[in-house]
Amino acid sequence: MEHLNDEGVRAILYQVLFVLLAGMAVWYLASNTISNLEKQNVATGFSFLNLEAAFGISETMVDYEPSDTYAHALYVGFLNTVKVSAYGIIFTSIIGVIFGIARLSHNLLVRSVATVYVDIFRNIPILLQLMFWYALIINVFPHPKKALNPFSDVFLTNRGIYVPIPEPHPAYMWMLIAAVVGCIGAYFLKKWADKRQAETGQPFPTIIAGFGVVFGCALFAYVIGGMPTAIDTPALKGFGLRGGWNMSPEFVALFVGLTVYTSTYVAEIVRSGILAVPKGQWEAAESLGLKRSYILRHVVLPQSMRVAIPPLTNQFLNLTKNSSLAVAIGYPDIVSVANTTMNQTGQAIEAILIFMTVYLTLSILTSLFMNWFNAKMALVER
Amino acid sequence: MTHKFIEPKAPPISDRSVVGWMRNNLFDSPLNTALTIIIAYVLLQFIPLVLDWALFSATWVADSDACKAGSGACWGLINAKWRFILFGTYTYDEHWRPFVGMLILLGACVGSTIPVFWKPMRLLLLWVVSSVLLGIIMWGGIFGLSYVENTLWGGLPLTLIIAVYGTLFAFPIGILLALGRMSNLPAIKSFCIFFIELIRGVPLISVLFMSSFLLPLFLPDGVNIDKLLRAQVGITLFTAAYLAEVFRGGLQAIPNGQFEAANSLGLTYWQSMRMIILPQALRLVIPPTVNSFISMFKDTSLVVIIGLMDLLGTVKSVIKDPEWRIFYAEGYVFAAAIFFFFCYSMARYSAYLEVELRKGEGH
Repeated sequence: MEHLNDEGVRAILYQVLFVLLAGMAVWYLASNTISNLEKQNVATGFSFLNLEAAFGISETMVDYEPSDTYAHALYVGFLNTVKVSAYGIIFTSIIGVIFGIARLSHNLLVRSVATVYVDIFRNIPILLQLMFWYALIINVFPHPKKALNPFSDVFLTNRGIYVPIPEPHPAYMWMLIAAVVGCIGAYFLKKWADKRQAETGQPFPTIIAGFGVVFGCALFAYVIGGMPTAIDTPALKGFGLRGGWNMSPEFVALFVGLTVYTSTYVAEIVRSGILAVPKGQWEAAESLGLKRSYILRHVVLPQSMRVAIPPLTNQFLNLTKNSSLAVAIGYPDIVSVANTTMNQTGQAIEAILIFMTVYLTLSILTSLFMNWFNAKMALVER
Repeated sequence: MTHKFIEPKAPPISDRSVVGWMRNNLFDSPLNTALTIIIAYVLLQFIPLVLDWALFSATWVADSDACKAGSGACWGLINAKWRFILFGTYTYDEHWRPFVGMLILLGACVGSTIPVFWKPMRLLLLWVVSSVLLGIIMWGGIFGLSYVENTLWGGLPLTLIIAVYGTLFAFPIGILLALGRMSNLPAIKSFCIFFIELIRGVPLISVLFMSSFLLPLFLPDGVNIDKLLRAQVGITLFTAAYLAEVFRGGLQAIPNGQFEAANSLGLTYWQSMRMIILPQALRLVIPPTVNSFISMFKDTSLVVIIGLMDLLGTVKSVIKDPEWRIFYAEGYVFAAAIFFFFCYSMARYSAYLEVELRKGEGH
């Protein structure tokens, strides 16, 4: 029996016991589930994905008909999740950075407005905010026939927001490609400028030149592509508005709610990131005779980025996960499509598994990115 | 680099007078002046409108027709429905009971913030006593109190119960998960990592869907657990995963010497955890624990999606009433104010703790 006093033996014993117990629990739950499913006559497996979905989806980014399969419907829902998250992340960053810097302003008015904004929207549940924005759009905005018209050709209605967009033309595709080429060019321009500055001390207006290159390439493609000018403007036809780009009330409510809520967290991260840079860094840079904007860009921001980027990525992931609340206001994201699917087919386990896998994949990709970033940004001490 | 001689600056403007202060803080650069003017203009336009809507033109009598005649906010909605919003479908004549229950729960929470109670036995005693009292008062069935099923519970007490008990049960699970993740037994370690990362990687709504759709499937035929318990299980597991990461932060901050010292005294693993490591680690993570309680308090509102009548649920059902439908804003503002009150005061408490706990480290 003295083997039991050996730490190594006990460690193995504990683990064997643990695995046995866990295995028994899983086996028990699985056998219950199988017998329950048999009683309810639900077939397990993913074959339902090839059946006809037979429900409509109010907004889609790719073609979708109720006669398409469940798999396609879920794909459409996934794209909608990506769409609202992508817009949300872009605008959250912009608004969050503005409010984060504003909270550190020495202008009392600016600082108080930012503080009130952050405190209010951070302390109210996101679901309540989503429902409020949705109710507001549905109730305050008028019927399309009496649409609010704040700018010419922009219509605010309880069926959504309509804005004019340029009519499709191959030139736009070329502009996109040219802009990407421009970005690559700007990247090499920055490398060259950094190298020259390191060698000769000659500064180069990288930001302005970079934007110049990107926009210049796009403009060039626009001119070469034939300068299309046709604009698709929304107009009242029959009982509704036709044409233009229509953002549904569900999309607008979800987008506004997610952006406002997450931006308060981003603002706090930005604020503490800037505060995390010791005052001595400002003073040291100032004593070298650097300009304030130069200090901010080359001394303070790179250091606060190191502190701020990991929690920021986390917030972007949170925003994506919170977009699943779309199910409460009827925006067809992946969770609400999966919800409809499981109500129709009774395949609860499979439907939940599908959207959990999607979110898990996104989370794992994000943490991989974060690990890579942390390794790259970690302080290299001499 | 500049080669020019820099002229000495003018002496700073006195900050002592109102004009001097305004010059230094509101109008010291063109950008700041512009911002001050724009914000002041917008606020002057906006605040009177809000005040007028919320106070001066508001209707306070509990009559929807009077509200529709008025131009401002309809606080009459709250006047008419506040008992339903706060207590849900709980038997109307017994509303004092959820009210007292809420006080017991809040009392226990406030009690837990007093350092006198920061001893395991005292905390346990506090929570066992208050939970028994809460159970008696909410369910009834003895002492002449009529029995009220928990399917009838709703409103603010339900929100508080789910949030508080979610955290309470998540606490020990979170500690175990954190210890497991830090342990050097590979089987236990990988299970804990898998569980924590799985839960943290998916939205809360999917955990709630799991617990409300899948839990009945997992259990043997004939065992039926009600909606409240199912939601409670989901929320507890979700919170436990997040708390585990908070606790792990605390555990990792404990210097290795503490573990070694405990070992050299001949303490067993559990003894050293209980007496040496955990008291220090948990103390370090009190502020982030309060913060995760705040986010979980806000997240309880998601139970409305799986059909429970929490505070948000009661408000939603009030504004579904055609008579009051157009006054949705007042309903949401009322619920938002309650949530805000709780979350904001907890956030202040957490910020205060952060300063307070750091004081002892001054050396």
